Amino acid sequence: MEKLRTAEDNWDGEESASLCSGRLAHFRTECRRDCPAVIECSTLRCLQAFHASGTLCYHARNLMNWRKFLDWFPVSMVRAPVLLALLVSSTVAEEIRNPFSADPKAAKAGEFEFRINCAFCHGLGARGGGRGPDLTRAHKRHGDSDADLFQNISQGIPGTVMPANGTNGQGVGMTDEEIWQIIAYLRSAQVQSPAKPVGNAAHGKELFYGDANCSSCHTVEGKGGRLGPDLTAVGSARTVESLVESVRSPSQRLAWGLTESTKEFAQEYETVTVVTPDGQQIKGVTLNEDQFSLQMMDTAERIYLFEKDKLRSIQKSRESLMPAYNPTVLTDNDLQDVVAYLLSVSTK
Amino acid sequence: MSASIMNNLPGILLIIVGVLTLETHAQVTFERLLNSSKEPQNWLTYSGDYAGHRFSPLDQVNTANARSLTAKWVYQTAATGKFETTPLVADGILYATAQDNRAFALDARTGRPIWLYQHQLPSDIRPCCGRVNRGLAILRDKVFLGTLDAHVIALDAKTGNVIWDVAAVDYKQGYSFTLAPLVVKNLVILGVSGGEYGIRGFIDAYDADTGRRKWRFYTVPGPGEPGHDTWEGESWKIGGAPAWITGVYDPGTNQLFWPTGNPSPSNRGEGRAGDNLYSNSLLALDADTGKLNWYFQFTKHDEHDWDATQVPIMIDSSDKHLIAQANRNGFFYLLDRTTGKLLSANAYDRTTWSDSKDAEGRPVPNQQSSPTPEGRTVCPGALGATNWMSPSFDSRTGLFYVTAREQCDIFSTAPQPYEVGHAYYGSAYFPSDKAEPYWGALRAIDPTSGQVKWEFRHLSPTWSGVLSTAGGLLFTGDAEGNFIALDALSGKPLWHFQMGGAVYASPMAFAVDGKQFVAIAAGSSLYAFGLP
Repeated sequence: MEKLRTAEDNWDGEESASLCSGRLAHFRTECRRDCPAVIECSTLRCLQAFHASGTLCYHARNLMNWRKFLDWFPVSMVRAPVLLALLVSSTVAEEIRNPFSADPKAAKAGEFEFRINCAFCHGLGARGGGRGPDLTRAHKRHGDSDADLFQNISQGIPGTVMPANGTNGQGVGMTDEEIWQIIAYLRSAQVQSPAKPVGNAAHGKELFYGDANCSSCHTVEGKGGRLGPDLTAVGSARTVESLVESVRSPSQRLAWGLTESTKEFAQEYETVTVVTPDGQQIKGVTLNEDQFSLQMMDTAERIYLFEKDKLRSIQKSRESLMPAYNPTVLTDNDLQDVVAYLLSVSTK
Repeated sequence: MSASIMNNLPGILLIIVGVLTLETHAQVTFERLLNSSKEPQNWLTYSGDYAGHRFSPLDQVNTANARSLTAKWVYQTAATGKFETTPLVADGILYATAQDNRAFALDARTGRPIWLYQHQLPSDIRPCCGRVNRGLAILRDKVFLGTLDAHVIALDAKTGNVIWDVAAVDYKQGYSFTLAPLVVKNLVILGVSGGEYGIRGFIDAYDADTGRRKWRFYTVPGPGEPGHDTWEGESWKIGGAPAWITGVYDPGTNQLFWPTGNPSPSNRGEGRAGDNLYSNSLLALDADTGKLNWYFQFTKHDEHDWDATQVPIMIDSSDKHLIAQANRNGFFYLLDRTTGKLLSANAYDRTTWSDSKDAEGRPVPNQQSSPTPEGRTVCPGALGATNWMSPSFDSRTGLFYVTAREQCDIFSTAPQPYEVGHAYYGSAYFPSDKAEPYWGALRAIDPTSGQVKWEFRHLSPTWSGVLSTAGGLLFTGDAEGNFIALDALSGKPLWHFQMGGAVYASPMAFAVDGKQFVAIAAGSSLYAFGLP
C-alpha cells in the first residue's frame, strides 16, 4: 500500500542540491498522479505544475543536476524543450519549441495521428468540421505558438469542447512526441497567407444588430439575446463554410448528435415544445435534458425546469428555431459582411 | 457433548460467525467460485458467475419495492477518466479498481476504505482508450490485477500489499491489461489489450501462488500453426486480435470461452488479406493447458474495428449447451458450445454492412461496407452496436439483455506504416453529416429466436452494462448519469437516481448483514444503493 501524496508534500521547504536529483525522479511519478484533469501527464505539464508550486529545487547554479534530471527522460525528443523550460524558469511556456519543426517526416507521422485523434471534430486535412475550427488558419484563438498548441492538445481548452489528450473516448492518447508530430503536421497544413475575408465588417455589425435581427437571439461581446449561441468566438471556432451554412440552413447542424466528448456541453439548441399539466404550450430551446428531466428556455428567455413524467407532452424537433436566411432575406453580399464581422470579432 | 448443546450449536455458531466475520473472510476457494450461486450475498467473479450471466439471485429489492431505493454510500476515487470497474464482494468486503491502476478494499456496508493500492505506472504506457481497468479477480487470500503496463499483480486481500508482480510482455510495444482477470482452479487468466498498436494478441494463465506463467495462447497463429495462412505475408506479426474482456468458464468441460478483438490495423484490410484468425472470434480453450478446442469467427477480415470482446453468456436449456453473444457488429449469435457450430445470427441493431449469410449462417459483408479513402457510411459505427459493457441473462425470464448503441459512422481509410508502439488504425472515422442523433437502448432479446422482445430507449448511447436480479429487476446506467431500475419482464422504468457523472461500467449486487445493495461506478465515484 502506498500513501498518496500531493506535490506540496514532496516539495515543501528548502531543497539541497543533493536531495534534488532523487526527488526529481520522485516528482515525475507524483506529478502524474496529481494532475487532476490529465490522463497522460505530459512533460510540459509536469514542469509547469512543478514551477507553479513555487518550490523549484533546481536552480541555475545546479546545472549538473538538470542534466541528470534530463537523462531520466526516456524520449530524447522532449529534452530540448525541457532544457529550454528549465533555463527560462519564469516563462516556461513561451520558450517551448517543436523539436520536429519543419521536419516533413514528422509532419507525415503527425497526419496519421491527426486522422485518428483530431479529424473527428477538425475534419480531414484540418480544415474544420462541424464541431472544431479550421486549424489551417494561422491565427488560432487559443494561441498560435508551439507551446500554446502543445498545451491545448495535452490539456484541452477549458470552456470549450476541446478535450485533453486521451480523454475524449475516441482514438488514443498521444505521447509528447506524437503531439509534437501533430503540431509539425498542422504547421505544414497551415495556409501561409490566408485570404483576407471579403466583406465589410462594419456593415456586417450594423446588420447583426439591425436589419438582419441576429442580435435578438445571439450575443456578441456581451450584447444581444440569449436564445441562440453566443457568437463572440464563432468566427475562429468554425469554418466560413460552416458559418454560411448555419445562416442559410440553420437546421443542418442540429442533425449532428452528441458524442461522449461533447456531452458536458449538452446545449445544442434543439427545438422543444412542451404542454404543461394545465394545458399551457411552451416552445423554446433545450438547455439540457436526461431521461427524466428537461431544462429549457422559451422564446422570451424564461428558463423552465420540468420533470418529464409530469408534462402532458414533449415534442422535440431538429428544425431550428432560427429562421433560414435565404438570399431574398439576406443577400450574399450582406451575408459576407455578417461573416466578416464575426471573423473580425473572433480575432480580436 | 450433551444433546442440548448439540441442538443449540447452529445458534451458537451463528453468533460466533457474526462477531468473527473478518476472521472467516479471505478464503475464497475455487469451490466457492464454482458454487457462487449458493452464496448470493457475494459477487466473486467479474460477471458474478462463471457462466457470464451477471445475474444476482438476491430478491430483497424487487419490483414491489424498487421505488424506495436510496443511496446508501458513495466512495470517491479522486481519479479522473472513465471508471469502468465491477467490484467483487466477499464476506462483507468490497474489492475494486479505479483509473490509473488503483485498487481498493472497502467495508461493503459503509464504503469506508480498508486499504488502497496504486501501481506505479511508467510515463510512456500506451492504453488505447483511457487509463481504465475493469476489476479484480479473487482466490483465497489474494486479489489479482492486470495493469496498463502489462503487469499481473497479486495483492494481499487483507492489506493490499504486493505478493507478486510479473511483467507479461513489453508494454512499450503497445500491450496493456484493462480487463478483470478470471480465476479458474489455481490459475489467473487474462487477455491482453493493444489492438490499436499492432500487437500480437494472447491469453495468459498464471499460477495464483507464484505468478509463474503456466500457458499462453497466441490469438494470432505463428508459422506452421493452423490458421497462420489466413494472414498475408508478415502481417501476422502485428495482427492484433487482443482479448481484452473477461471470458467465461464451463466447469463441465473444463473449457474457457474467451472472445477476441480486431485485427490490426483496425480499419484497413490492405496488407493483411485473408480471414485473419483468430481475430473477432470466440475461442474454446482447455483451461489447464490453453489448447484450442474450437473457434468461431464472427467478423472475418474486419475493417470496422468490430472487436468481438463482448462477454459471451452460457445458456443451458434441457440437453442443450449453448453460448450466446450480442456482437459489436450488430448481430446476436447463438452457438452450440460443445462444437462451436453456429445455430443462428440475427441483427439486434441497425446494420448496413451485411445483407446475406454464408453456408454456415454467418452474416457476410456487402460490397458497400469496405472503407474507402473518401469515406463510407456504415452502421453500426466504429464503437459498435454494443461494446465491452456487460450483457445479462435471466434464466427465469429467459431473456438476454444488452445495451445497444444506434450510431453510424463514416469510415475512411488511409495507408499507414507500422511503427512499434504507435497507434496503428489505418483510418479515421466521423459522424455522418446526415445521421440522426445517436441514441441507445437496453434491448431484451429472446436468445432462441434472436428477436428483440422490447427495448428501453436511452436518450444517447450509454456505456453501462446490465444487471438482472431475482427481484425481477434490471439495473443499468446512462450517459447522462442516471442509474435506473426496470421491470425485467416489460422494460418499464421503476426507479432512477441522478449520480452526476456518466456511467462507463456494469452494475453488480451483494448483501451484507442480510441487506441487499446494488452498486455501480459513475463519474469518479462508486455508488451503493439499498432499501431505506
